[in-house]
Amino acid sequence: MTTDTTTKTPEAAAVPPPGAASRTARARQGHRRLLTRRDRFTLALMAGVPTVLHVALVWVTALASIALAFTSWDGIGFSSIKWVGLDNFQQLFNDNPQFWPAVQHNIIWFVVLILIPTPLGLFLAVQLDKKIRFSRVYQTAFFLPVVMSLAVTGFVWQLIYNPDTGLINSLIGANKPGHYIDWIGDPHLNLWAVLVAASWRHTGYMMILYLAGLKGVDPSLREASSLDGANEWQTFKNVIFPTLRPTNTVVLVVTIIEALRAFDLVFVFNKGAQGTELLSILITNNIIGESSRIGYGSAIAVVLLVISLAVIIPYLVATFRKERRA
Amino acid sequence: MSTPTVALDLKQRTPLRPARVLLHVFLVVTSLAWLGPLLWAVFAALRPYSETSTKGYVSWPDKLSFDNFTNAFKQSDMMHYFGNTLLIAVPAVLLTLLLSSMVAFYVSRFDFRLNVFLLLVFTAGNLLPQQVIITPLYRMYLLINLPGITVSGKLYDSALGLVLIHVAFQSGFCAFVLSNYMRMLPHELTEAALVDGASAWRMYWQIVLPLCKPAMAALATLLSIWIYNDFFWAIVLISTGENMPITSALNNLSGQYFTDPNLVAAGALLTAIPTLIVYFVLQRQFVSGLTLGANKG
Repeated sequence: MTTDTTTKTPEAAAVPPPGAASRTARARQGHRRLLTRRDRFTLALMAGVPTVLHVALVWVTALASIALAFTSWDGIGFSSIKWVGLDNFQQLFNDNPQFWPAVQHNIIWFVVLILIPTPLGLFLAVQLDKKIRFSRVYQTAFFLPVVMSLAVTGFVWQLIYNPDTGLINSLIGANKPGHYIDWIGDPHLNLWAVLVAASWRHTGYMMILYLAGLKGVDPSLREASSLDGANEWQTFKNVIFPTLRPTNTVVLVVTIIEALRAFDLVFVFNKGAQGTELLSILITNNIIGESSRIGYGSAIAVVLLVISLAVIIPYLVATFRKERRA
Repeated sequence: MSTPTVALDLKQRTPLRPARVLLHVFLVVTSLAWLGPLLWAVFAALRPYSETSTKGYVSWPDKLSFDNFTNAFKQSDMMHYFGNTLLIAVPAVLLTLLLSSMVAFYVSRFDFRLNVFLLLVFTAGNLLPQQVIITPLYRMYLLINLPGITVSGKLYDSALGLVLIHVAFQSGFCAFVLSNYMRMLPHELTEAALVDGASAWRMYWQIVLPLCKPAMAALATLLSIWIYNDFFWAIVLISTGENMPITSALNNLSGQYFTDPNLVAAGALLTAIPTLIVYFVLQRQFVSGLTLGANKG
């Protein structure tokens, strides 16, 4: 995360060899019996300190977000916290002109990422997996945007979109008064402009994930398929793609999370002004903006939290279950 | 049985030449298109503002120089902000690796039933969007007083505050990766040590940790780049412009020089240089970290 910004997936992590589980369990039993009291204390600290830090800063605050969403608080002293029930949510859903556009933009963000850069990344990965010469050089070019911070990406793309000095308008002569195209300010254009930059980055990320997935495909499958007379597309569709299922799951989760996390690019671009509102931007504006409405900001955070957990929990449960079976 | 092998050999020896050439053409064109925005930024950064403002940006350059780079570097005191980043990133990376490897050691070697639950908590926390927790976190940072420990006297607006949230947030992913890695190490290793009376700490520090070097190297590379690239935490949790790490400071700098896009381009590119160096030098670690074991599926 990226932070993060870059989303990471637990599934993209090493999985123990099958059959090790039962041995491991026995070994653990043996380990435990031999522990001295001091060892137990050391171990408690080793597991406890990181857990306390993580829980305190991530989960306690997430829970606090939920609690605060039902209150109104000006942030000055705890006594000013007032229970207001569902008021914040009511206002959010009914009266906030930015809320529904933000939800819609987050959804568009996901749909665009999954429909354009993800298949493109897969396509590039399949091409680069063909034992082709200069594969590394091509990979580096596509992956470079993933390594740079989203803030830098935002500035780089501003040089392209700037209505007065940017590349596009200079090329098509739209930087003169009269036929001016404002890629950053126009609410009908700016979301799509930002999404081009986001897709530019997402493609490389997906390519790397799929390349790793393709390396795991048994070469004999491909051979068998071509012996059966299947052409390249048929082999891919009927043999390769189905075996990429674990990678596809990772890719789907990563893309959803990226769409929910989207923030930096838009913030650098135009601070989430009209046309590019996102849930993450609304929450942040509630903190660093002039009017700090803590309960209200938390209510937006709860919406984001609920959507995120609806994706994260089933995914992790499935991952861990699979691992236990292994 | 011999027919298939012959067919295969033939296929390998005579690659479809025109198709390959076409593929290379396609890849060259696409990768150049992908590098385009960056090359454009480099081009803009190399040209003096006076020239582009009269001739326009799409024009043949009369003069190319590194003036914008040196000016951006000096005028905005970039060294100072790089220093800030170092002050945050180095302790954050080291602490994250230390803490997450300790958790991983515990859950991979000693099953106290908490194992799966603990990992679940860590990884789920890591996948949350940062904005979900920022409002209470921001308030908490304002409430925690640390007179004498941080310059601001609070956790808010301090390098310590940023280090802590980075460590807390990133340790989830690292704990998961490392615990999977440690589980692949033969149990006989630690069992023997335990029988010989080695303490838990020694098993961790002298036996398990040295064997995790490849995974640690990959994670360290990833973490350095992620933490270096972080924008959000510092934008919210740091109020004094002077205390910002470089990536977030860029936002202020660009506001200062918004009249000169060439200078902003140079500044942005300078900010990207350290990540690019790390990436080119440690490319293998970076990619293997991102996809650690993904091929196993």
